Amino acid sequence: MGADLVLLLTIFVLAIFVGFEIITKVPPTLHTPLMSGSNAISGITVVGALMAAGKDEGTTAAVLAFLAVALATVNVVGGFLVSHRMLAMFRKKG
Amino acid sequence: MEASTVAMIQNLAYLLASILFIKGLKGLTHPRKAVRGNLTGSLAMFIAVVATLWAGDIVEWPWIIAGLAIGSIAGVILALKVPMTGMPQMVGLFNGFGGAASFLVAGAELIVAIGYVATATEAAEAAGGVLPAANTGMSLQFLIAIAASGLIGSVTLFGSLVAAGKLKELCFTFGGKKYWFSDSILLPGRHVLNGTVFILCIVFSVMVVLNPTTAVWYFLLVIAAAVLGILISIPIGGADMPVVIALLNSYSGLAACATGFVINNNVLIIAGSLVGASGLILTSIMCKAMNRSLANVMFATLGPSADGPSADDVYEGKIKATSAEEIAMLFDGVQRVVIVPGYGMAVSQAQHAVRDLGNLLESRGAEVEYAIHPVAGRMPGHMNVLLAEADVSYDKLKEMDEINSTLDTVDVAIVVGANDVVNPVARTDPSSPIAGMPIIDVDKCRTVIVIKRSLSPGFAKIPNPLFALDNTLMFFNDAKKAFTEMIAAVKES
Repeated sequence: MGADLVLLLTIFVLAIFVGFEIITKVPPTLHTPLMSGSNAISGITVVGALMAAGKDEGTTAAVLAFLAVALATVNVVGGFLVSHRMLAMFRKKG
Repeated sequence: MEASTVAMIQNLAYLLASILFIKGLKGLTHPRKAVRGNLTGSLAMFIAVVATLWAGDIVEWPWIIAGLAIGSIAGVILALKVPMTGMPQMVGLFNGFGGAASFLVAGAELIVAIGYVATATEAAEAAGGVLPAANTGMSLQFLIAIAASGLIGSVTLFGSLVAAGKLKELCFTFGGKKYWFSDSILLPGRHVLNGTVFILCIVFSVMVVLNPTTAVWYFLLVIAAAVLGILISIPIGGADMPVVIALLNSYSGLAACATGFVINNNVLIIAGSLVGASGLILTSIMCKAMNRSLANVMFATLGPSADGPSADDVYEGKIKATSAEEIAMLFDGVQRVVIVPGYGMAVSQAQHAVRDLGNLLESRGAEVEYAIHPVAGRMPGHMNVLLAEADVSYDKLKEMDEINSTLDTVDVAIVVGANDVVNPVARTDPSSPIAGMPIIDVDKCRTVIVIKRSLSPGFAKIPNPLFALDNTLMFFNDAKKAFTEMIAAVKES
C-alpha cells in the first residue's frame, strides 16, 4: 500500500498544480462556463460508478452503484451540454 | 488478450483522457477556443467511459445500461430546457449530482469490500484457520478515502441543493410569515450547532476507519455530512452566493478525487484535482472582489454598521429623479457610454433591452462598453453569460480593473440593478461593512444614471452616497421597462 499511496499522492499534488496554472489564465468573462465545464469533468466519478455497477455483489451495492451511474451521467452530459450552450453564445462581432 | 495487456491499454486510455481534460480546460482561457475546449473535455470523458466499459470486468450490464440511459436522457433534457436565466441553479444542481455520485460509489465499494472480507473469513475458518490480517482487503488508504468521499460528497450534494434553491428564489411560509430561501437564514446558536455536527462527522469518519466490518457508520457519516452541508449553506445569502457556488464546485472535484483514492484510479484523481483547483481559484477571486476572507463569508454575515450614516442623512434633498426624455437629451452627441449591470438586470431579464440601447447609441457614433464587477450577479461570470446571450460582443465586456483607469473620460455611465459594487463608501469609509472592497468607480464619470426601482439598500444594507451625488440622476423604474422607454425616447429625439 505504501508505494501505491505515495504514487497516487504525487499525481494528486501535481494535478492540483497544473489546475492552478491553467485556471488562473481563464478570463472572468468565461467564469460561468468554466464552472459548468469543470463541473462536468468532476462527473469523472462515472468511471468509478461503472466499475462498481459492473460487479455482481448483492442488491444494496448494485442499487447504490446504479444511482451513482445515473447521477454522474446527468452531471457529465448536462454539464458539458450547458457549457456548450453558453460558450456558443460568446461571439466577437465586427 | 492477457489481463495485464488489457489493464495497460485501459490505463493508457486514462492517460489520454487526462491529457485531453487538461487541454480542454486550457481551451477555456480564450472565448474563441472555448467551444472546442469544452468538446475536448467531453471527448476525454467519452474515452474514459469507453475504456472502463471495455476493460472493467463487467458482469452486470443491465444496471449500467439503465443508469447511463436514464442519466443521459435526464441530462440532455435538463440542459436543453433551462433558460439562460436559470443557469446558476442548474449548474448548482449538476454540481450536487457529482457529489452524490461520489458518496454512492464509495458506499457501494465499502459494501462490496465488507462482503469480500466476510466470505474470505468464513472460508478461512472453514479450513480451520484464521484469516491473516494482511488479507482483509481494506487498507487504511481505502478506508480513509471512503470516509472522505462520504463526507465531501454528501456536503456537496446537500450544500448544492440548498444553493440551487436559493438561486431559484424559492420561498416558504412558516408560522404565517413568508421567508425567502435566498435570504441569509440565521439559526439561533448556529456556530455551536455547526461545530457539533462537524465534530459528529469527524467521529463517524473515524468509526468508518476503525470498524470496517459494517457499513452503518458510513451511512451515519453521510447523514451527518448532509446536515452539515445544509447548515453551512443556509446562512449565506444574496450577493455572497458566488462564493459558495465556487466553493461547492471545488468540493465536487475533491469528492471525485477521494473516490479516485478509493478505487486507486489515476484519471479520477487527476480530473478531480483539476476541478478542485479550479473551484478554489474562483472562490479566492470572489472573496478578493469583496475584500473579505472565506471565513468571513462562511461564518459571519454583513450587518448594517451601527455608526454609519442613515439613509435619510445621505439622501435627504439630494436625490434627483429623471425621466427617459431627459436621459435621451443627455445622450445627444455623447462620446463614451459605460453600462454597469448587476443582479437587477438578471431579475428583470433586461439584457436584450440593454443591448438594444447599446446598439442604438453606437449607431449614433458613441462608444459603448460594459463594466462588469467580479461578484455582480449570483455566480462567477453571471453578467457575462447574460450579455453574451443578448449577443453583445465579448470584447465589449470589460473587467473592473481595466475600465476603472479610464472612467474619467466617460460621458454617461448607466448603472442597471447594481448597488454595493458601485458604492464609493468602500473607498472612503474604513468602518463600513464593504470597506476596502474594490468597486467600479462610476462616480468619476461625468454623468451617472442609476436605474433602480427604489432607494432600497443592496445586500450590504447600507445607503449609497453615489445616488446623492451632483452628477447622479436616478431613474426609478424596472430595468427592462427603463431601457425600453429610453430606447423609444432616443429614437424620438
